[in-house]
Amino acid sequence: MTVSILHRMTGVAMSVGLVVLAWWLGSLSLGGDQYDTFVGLMSSLPGRLLLLGWSFAFFLHLANGIRHLAWDLGHGFERQQADASAWLVLLLAVVCTAVFWYLL
Amino acid sequence: MAEFRLPPNSRVRKGKHIAARDGAKNTRRFAVYRYDPDQADNPRIDTYDVDMDSCGPMVLDALIKIKNEMDPTLTFRRSCREGICGSCAMNIDGGNTLACTRAVDASSGEVRIYPLPHMPVVKDLVPDLSNFYAQYASIKPWLQASTPPPAEHERLQSKSEQEKIDEPAACILCACCSTSCPSYWWNSDRYLGPAALLAAYRWLVDSRDEARDERLDALDDSFRLYRCHTIMNCTQTCPKGLNPAKAIAATKKMLVERRP
Repeated sequence: MTVSILHRMTGVAMSVGLVVLAWWLGSLSLGGDQYDTFVGLMSSLPGRLLLLGWSFAFFLHLANGIRHLAWDLGHGFERQQADASAWLVLLLAVVCTAVFWYLL
Repeated sequence: MAEFRLPPNSRVRKGKHIAARDGAKNTRRFAVYRYDPDQADNPRIDTYDVDMDSCGPMVLDALIKIKNEMDPTLTFRRSCREGICGSCAMNIDGGNTLACTRAVDASSGEVRIYPLPHMPVVKDLVPDLSNFYAQYASIKPWLQASTPPPAEHERLQSKSEQEKIDEPAACILCACCSTSCPSYWWNSDRYLGPAALLAAYRWLVDSRDEARDERLDALDDSFRLYRCHTIMNCTQTCPKGLNPAKAIAATKKMLVERRP
């Protein structure tokens, strides 16, 4: 239940993030001044926090998407398996986000 | 559509409190949802301090004691008191289960008792299950076979064929699963819900049934079956330990596999 609603929420969050991605690409094509404004905004603390949130949303949605693929193939439906895979998804999302920002 | 707030006349208020008899040493507080359709009042939460030294161990024991000794107006369904009839399904401490198989001691502190979620309430803990039963009827829960039965004996099954329907046939239609499902909350007018879909699966895998294709045709619908998004609440909450989510996934697989 919790991971299910998180899957939806991260999906919505990434849809909003897509606008920012488009803005980033747009600013790139509009030249240096526009691009500097964008990078300046996103380098600020609130900007970085948003990017952190979007990266976490991406990894959680990705991990849970793979969980759904396994379900669609008919695997992992026992109670204990579903509980374990929910925790695994949360753990993977945190670890991937941490590694991503460490490597960045 | 999703509703995130109850309409004003459904918002739950604080109700009355009934204390245990004087001298009761071991008491437990029960917070129970109350609604009387004959009064214009909003629903309310009444609290009862039950003397557990003279009460059975299950939540249903406590409800019966409250009704017998403390407040005869309290209304709830119950029958077998051993988890086989499914009448006393309700929401206890936030989870749907049977009051008769749920131990009072499974709660820490106050026991919070509500009717099954997101259903029309008839009175107190009694939900209106008409739609739920109509959905069950809609999946045609009976054997359909055009070939005549053998003259000598019944339609026989092998042990392994019987084992396929053993678990899904153990459903007692208590409605705990369907009323725990967010998809069912939002779309119960068009989505069949886990209980009806588990029943449908029970007939799909019955070796004696000959209406498999018709049954699958009836389910192949973006709402009736595919509103299931594998949220897993049904399987988590089933007081009989059954697995509707797995049955629904297996049904989806059957639909994929029979595609030309």
